[in-house]
Amino acid sequence: MPVAKPAAAPSKPIRAKVVPIYSEFHPRWYRPRVSVYWWLGQWQYLKFILRELSSVFVAAFVVVTLFQLRALRQGPEAYARFQHWMQTPFAIALSVISFFFVMLHTITWFNLAPRAMPIRVRGKRVPEFLVAAPNYVIWLVVSVAVAWLVLK
Amino acid sequence: MSMERQSNEAFFWMLFSAGGVVAAILIPIHLLLFGLAFPLGWLHAPTYDHLMGLVRSPLVRVYLFVLCSLPLFHWAHRFRYTLYDGLQVKHLNEVIFTLCYGGAVAGTLLTGYMLWTMH
Repeated sequence: MPVAKPAAAPSKPIRAKVVPIYSEFHPRWYRPRVSVYWWLGQWQYLKFILRELSSVFVAAFVVVTLFQLRALRQGPEAYARFQHWMQTPFAIALSVISFFFVMLHTITWFNLAPRAMPIRVRGKRVPEFLVAAPNYVIWLVVSVAVAWLVLK
Repeated sequence: MSMERQSNEAFFWMLFSAGGVVAAILIPIHLLLFGLAFPLGWLHAPTYDHLMGLVRSPLVRVYLFVLCSLPLFHWAHRFRYTLYDGLQVKHLNEVIFTLCYGGAVAGTLLTGYMLWTMH
């Protein structure tokens, strides 16, 4: 008994005819050129850029820490040289600037938590400083622990 | 390329976020001690042997690995967008992406190697 063939797909794909619409005068978007120094105009913008730039000093810290690890690997003399380098005016200046930028990062990062995660108790929003507070407590505890281990 | 990057965005953002937490909590005390307090003589610097004793512990090595690696990914993400928005170098987007994340990966591998082969 012959089996009916399944309906074959059309051999030629059906082409939809696309008629492009041409217009003689294409509308031009109004896009004013933004200056490269746009962030200098307002304190809020400047603060944003400073916060973003803190990442450069985070990376600088990692690089210095890697040099410290290398010195530790190489032995006591190499580590003494590293300690001496850390006392040069350049290294001190880098540390001071890095410290301020990293503190800016820490504070802005902690204070972001209540914005990212608003907590409500009985329908009322918990004040922002109460949501951010645990971050500061953890920070303090961890800092004391690290200092204790290093100074022990 | 751009489609692929969009689906990876969540992953990179997680690394950025984790690195941000690590940097915020740990780097200030490290900078305060090793960058300011010891070089300026506010506190007695720990001896070489004491630090080596710490670094020999596997737990401290894991800690140092996290301390170095995750903040690099935090930097990669932020610095990429700082260049993108701040300097408006959008046409170099791919190059910047490669350099930032390449740097973070290289730093992570270097940290791992140094900690792994330290006696």
